[in-house]
Amino acid sequence: MAKFALPKNSKVKKGKYVAAPEGTKTIRKVHIYRWNPDDGENPRMDTYELDVEKCGPMVLDALIKIKNEMDTTVTFRRSCREGVCGSCAMNINGSNTLACTMALDEAKGDVVIHPLPHMPVVKDLVPDMSNFYAQYESIEPWLQTKSPDPAGQERLQSHEDRVKIDGLYECILCACCSTACPSYWWNSDRYLGPAVLLQAYRWLADSRDEMKGERLDNLEDPFRLYRCHTIMNCTNVCPKGLNPAKAIAEIKKMMVERQI
Amino acid sequence: MASTRRPLSPHLQIWRWGLHMALSIAHRTTGVGSSLGALIIVWGLVAIAAGPDSFSTFKMVTTSLLGRIVLFGITLSMMLHMCTGVRHLVMDTGRALDIKTNRQTGILAIVAAIVLTLGLWVAAYWFAGLI
Repeated sequence: MAKFALPKNSKVKKGKYVAAPEGTKTIRKVHIYRWNPDDGENPRMDTYELDVEKCGPMVLDALIKIKNEMDTTVTFRRSCREGVCGSCAMNINGSNTLACTMALDEAKGDVVIHPLPHMPVVKDLVPDMSNFYAQYESIEPWLQTKSPDPAGQERLQSHEDRVKIDGLYECILCACCSTACPSYWWNSDRYLGPAVLLQAYRWLADSRDEMKGERLDNLEDPFRLYRCHTIMNCTNVCPKGLNPAKAIAEIKKMMVERQI
Repeated sequence: MASTRRPLSPHLQIWRWGLHMALSIAHRTTGVGSSLGALIIVWGLVAIAAGPDSFSTFKMVTTSLLGRIVLFGITLSMMLHMCTGVRHLVMDTGRALDIKTNRQTGILAIVAAIVLTLGLWVAAYWFAGLI
């Protein structure tokens, strides 16, 4: 059920203010959600005065600079710093995106950084992704076949069939879309969410896969698939420009088509 | 692993709304609003069946300034619900799901709802000989 307010232990308090060294001319305020599992306190918003002149262009550069020079306890995930790994997915100024591909200039006013919405927090900007990964596993995201392997060669695919998985295989599973979806906020225990459904469609659309019926059976459920109400937050936030809403609509169409 | 219960990260509290999300909520609230509004129509039908006294009460209430404002609101609610409903029907066929077209059909639904509402009211006043 939808609970619009945050639980008592999750209410965000005012945090500390870390000023830039005196004489800094180009200051940008960066507000960061903080929660330390070890002190028993509620989450808080800390504010850091960032010297943008001496900082790289991206939001991730700002986070790394703050961690290196102002507060080593700031905790976040990052790896590739070029939008390929999906580790630094977070909520920046009210929308989910990758900190490494969002320029500081794109953020209007102060930069406000929260973890991905409606997720259990491990520490600061690090959410617990266990449920998300378990849901991904539940759709069995690998090629499944019934026919014997062709001798001496791969399972081939025509150019036309290969094009059908464009816009699907590029997903990096950063979870920006799923954690942007109000349906997923209220029902993530039963609704698979846009990212996992896009991946489900990636295998349904693959001409080499021979388990379409079983895959559709697995999704035929009032919650797993049909909690999508085309709110469209998923497609609007995807940092890779993919369209989970369209993929979900295509799965729903396959469900209807196989009835006729 | 720390023993503290993990907090839930903020969601609605921090989310920056877009037209698509506002329209989705509007579709639901106007659905509820239109259903409640339909009760007034039912009341009108019952009043007609019950005779001239009850009908004149109905007429007095609904033609008062407040009554007209409420009826106008219900008309707008029904028209918006119909237009966003048609839009959702189109989306269910897999169309208008890219960001640009989705935004355009959203704006179209709002404009169509306003035009239909104003059109209905102008027509109603005209047929009643008030304009």
